[in-house]
Formats: sequence, C-alpha cells, structure tokens
Amino acid sequence: MRGLAAILLAVALLAVVPALTTSNVALNFMVATLLMALVGQGWNVLGGYGGQYSFGHAAFFGTGAYATAILQLRYSINAWAAFGMGTATAALLGAIIGALCFRSGLKGSYFALVTLAFAEVLRILASVAPITGAGVGLLIKLDLRPEAFQFQSRAPFYWIVLALVAASLVLVHAIENSRFGAWLAAVRENEDAAGALGVDVMRIKLAAMTISAAIAGAAGCFYVQYFLFIDAGIAYGSWISVEALLAPIIGGVGTVLGPLLGALVIKSLGELTKLMTGDAPGLDLAVYGAMLIVVVAFAPRGIAGALLDWRDRLRRRGAGAPVLERGHG
Amino acid sequence: MLSPGILFAALLNGLLTGALYALVALGLTLIYGVLHIINFAHGALLTAAMFAAFYAYRLLGLDPYLAAGILTPAFFGLGYALQRFIIGPASRGEDRNYLLITLGLAVVIENALLFAFRADTRTINLSYAFDVIEIGPAFLAVPRVVAFAVTLGVALALWLFMRWTDTGKAIRAVAREKLGAELSGIEVSHIYAVTFGIGTACLAIAACLLIPTYYVNPNVGNAFVLIAFTIVVLGGMGSVAGALVGGLVVGVAESLGGLFLGESLGQTGIFVIFILTLLLRPAGLFGARA
Repeated sequence: MRGLAAILLAVALLAVVPALTTSNVALNFMVATLLMALVGQGWNVLGGYGGQYSFGHAAFFGTGAYATAILQLRYSINAWAAFGMGTATAALLGAIIGALCFRSGLKGSYFALVTLAFAEVLRILASVAPITGAGVGLLIKLDLRPEAFQFQSRAPFYWIVLALVAASLVLVHAIENSRFGAWLAAVRENEDAAGALGVDVMRIKLAAMTISAAIAGAAGCFYVQYFLFIDAGIAYGSWISVEALLAPIIGGVGTVLGPLLGALVIKSLGELTKLMTGDAPGLDLAVYGAMLIVVVAFAPRGIAGALLDWRDRLRRRGAGAPVLERGHG
Repeated sequence: MLSPGILFAALLNGLLTGALYALVALGLTLIYGVLHIINFAHGALLTAAMFAAFYAYRLLGLDPYLAAGILTPAFFGLGYALQRFIIGPASRGEDRNYLLITLGLAVVIENALLFAFRADTRTINLSYAFDVIEIGPAFLAVPRVVAFAVTLGVALALWLFMRWTDTGKAIRAVAREKLGAELSGIEVSHIYAVTFGIGTACLAIAACLLIPTYYVNPNVGNAFVLIAFTIVVLGGMGSVAGALVGGLVVGVAESLGGLFLGESLGQTGIFVIFILTLLLRPAGLFGARA
C-alpha cells in the first residue's frame, strides 16, 4: 500500500504544475521530462527488473511514433485509435526482437549490441523508405480538436503524458508485487538457477520485453502527437536509447519511482547547465554522461537506493539497534 | 552492365577501406578478448584521436604520419589511465556496469568535443592527398595504400608482441584464465589497463591514417565503431586474425553493396550481416566457441 501511496503523492504533486505556471517553456520542459520518465520506465521493466540491458530502445519509441503518424496520414485513422495501434505495433516489434534474441541465447554485451543494431537498421530504412517520408520525415496535419488528439494549449498534453506515466508506475508497481515480478527478478539474479527451479525463462523475458517495448512505444506515439513531426534521426536516433537507460540507472534501477526521479534530476541538471553556460550545445549532455559514471561508481542503486540507505541509517541511529530487514510495503 | 574494370576497382578500394576498419576493430577485439566486455567508448576515443591529429596539423603543422609518432604513445597513456583509474574501479568487475561506464565516457567525450569544436565538419589539405597509384583499371589514393600497409604492419607487430614478449604472454594468460594469472603473480588490473591502452593506441594510428583523406566532426567515430562492432562480431570477439579478415570482408561488402544498391542501403547490408551473425553464430565465423 505504501508504494501506491507514494505513486499517488508523486502524481498529485505533478498534476498541479499547470495550475502554477502557464508558461509554454516550463510546460515543454515538464513534458520532455515526463516523456523521458516514460521511456525510462519501459527500459526499467526489461533492464531494471529483468537484467537485460538494451542499448536500442529507440527501436520501439520510433516504431510507435512512425506507426501513429503513418496510420493517420496514409490510412486516415483517428489519432486516438492510431495511438493505441502504434503502442501495439511497438509491443509486437518488442516481441519479435525479443524472440530472435532470447532464442539465440544473447545476453549481456551481445544483447546490448544486437538491440543497438536493430535500432540502427530501422533508422537507415526509415531514412530511405517512401512510407516513412524518407529523409524529409512525416508531418501530421494541424487539426486542433480534442477528437484528433490535438489541443489549443499545452496543459491537456501535459496531463495526458502524466496519465501515461502514472499508468506505467501503477503497472510496474503491480509487476513488482506479482508472481511475474518475482520470476523476472529470479531471471535477473541467476538465469540458470531460475530455469532449474521451473521458471519458464524464455517466456518471462519475452513478456518483459513486450511490456517494455509497449511503454517505450507509447512514449513515441505521444511524441509525434505533441510535436506533429517525426523523422528518422529523431525516431531512431541513438540519443533516445541513451535517455531510456539514463533515467532508471540514475534514478534507481529496478525501482518503481526510479525512472521518474531520474528524469526529473537529469533534466533539471541539464537545464541548469544550459543556464550557466549559455546555449552552446554539448555541455548539458556531457553532464548527463558524467552523472551516469558517478552514479554507477558510487550509488549502484541510483538516487532512490541512496535515499533508502540514508533513511535506514537514520532509523538505525534513532532506534539504537541495527535494523536487519528493510520493510516493504 | 558493370564492366569487370569497375568491379576490380571497387574490390581494391573496398580492401583499402576495409584495412582501416580492421585497425579500428583490432583495438576493440583486443579489449574484448582480454576484458570480455564491449568498449562503448571506442568510437568517441577515435573521434578524440582524429581531432588530436587534426589540430596537430593545423596548429603545429605536424604531418599526420609524423603526428602518429606522438599521438600513439599519448593515446596509449590515455587508455591506460582511463581503464586504471576510471573504468576499472567504477565498474567493480561487473559486466553491466562496464557497459554503462564506457557508454557514459562516450557521452562525455563526444559532447565535450561538440561543446569545444561545435558540430562543424573539418578537413585538412595535404599536398599528397590526391596522389594516385594506377593498378590496371583502378586508381588508388596514395594515403589509403599507405593506410593499408600500415594496418598490416600494426597487425603483424601486435601478433609478434602477443606471441614473444612477457607483457604479451601476460595479456594472453589473463585473457585465458584470470584467476590463474593472478595467482602466478600477474597484476591483472595493470594488464587490463595495458590492453585498454593498446586498444586506444590503435585508434590513434587509425586516426592519423584517416585524417589525410577523411573529415572530422564530433560524431565521426560512431560511423566507424558500428562497423567495427560488426567486424568484431563477424571475426569472432577477441580474435586478432578475425578482426583483420572481418575488416577486409566488410570493406569489400560495403564497396560492392554501395555499387549495386546505392550508398545508404549498402550500409544496411553491413547491419544485416551484423544481426544475422549475432543471431546465428554469436561466436563469429572464425571465433572459438564462446
């Protein structure tokens, strides 16, 4: 229950942001942050809980985005329906790539490489294929009606992406407390042992990859509705894949709130760097990279893990006796 | 129809390009063979080396081939220090951490270069850059022929080094059996750092060979490193001979693919080879069983 309460609190706090500011700059920043949290949560299901580090989550983000755009433009499908179908397409791609990789027994470095390669192949294909608009990209027609998933102001967009993040938080919370979550953790810790104890390793990994791809895909679908434009460099660019893993690793890998926390910290630090150094490109991203190194080196369980350790230490000191078990709620 | 002359020229040019790919892949495969991990910072380090070679020429007027004499030891030192003081301690021997740390390094290096030099593409003009050698119907650029010869030389030197020197033997011992090597008095973290240093030094040589005919910008390394990954996977992770053959194969495949399918689809061909090898024969075509 405590987990759900924390989710509710975080979402409630974020929900009042549009009431505090109507500045487009601030809302754009918050939308970008929540998008990063969403992609990160997708990565977290597979990487954080399942221990499979993907370096190519852009494949799912981009496929979701392109599917949403293509279904609207070429088949005149309603934007909301296209959104759902885009997410499903990304999930399907996740299942296919997952089946190929896991059947071949790819793990660790090999899994990271092959996911990276899939994203790269898709990027090159999207930059030449006519259906994706080749090098020009796709532009969704302006149609500012709620039925068309387009709004006059930024606030509804903000609430929608927040709702998606909230849904992903609840989903991951449910996974964490389910039998599936326990199996997934078992696979992460020791695949062979889990298999020997009767866990269907292949199916568990495949399910995690499908869910993971669906969440990252939903973020892509939202992206294209928000900016009304997509091209190969944005959709399948390696930077999306990097952002997808930065948020959970820095926030707290394999924790429910880690990706959201990570995205908030990373994006804020990035903005701060830009404020201090002017608009020259590069330095904010260099700061992200440095944070990644520092967190992996000194706080393996991310900011969330460091906070938990700190709380335990405070409690231990308060109670005057060692706390042997950390309570989970 | 394509005449045999054009095919012959494409084949030779593919071999020359492939040699440079092989040199980049050589460093990657060496690091993989010993540390059993992919170095995601390889591309960024290549970019850094190319900027170093560029400015050695622009500011000091140093010919790239002479600059290699300074940059190679300098990058050996850089690689040694990175592994010894950052990558090694920060990843604590865990594969997943290693991936993340080298990725973090790549992001830092690439964006620091972007910040310092902006996204502009730079080239240098050398008097001999456009000299050609004529072999039958093919015209081969002199700098690329030089690069081909140097790559073969480096591969041979590396092979001799690994075979006959104490350090080379220690590297092979650590690659084969880390614990056993440690028990017989080999300092593993030093050997790891030396290996990483050699891998990075290969990049400095590659950079000096590339810069006369190629451009440099903060992203330039990525294109090479994705190809290098393909080569390393194709040739078998950790195999020096595999990297050399794999590099030449990929160079020719790209050159012929480009001839038949056009530039960007030719590139897709490389990735398709890459994915198929990973899925069907992850140990590579020449590699030992994983």
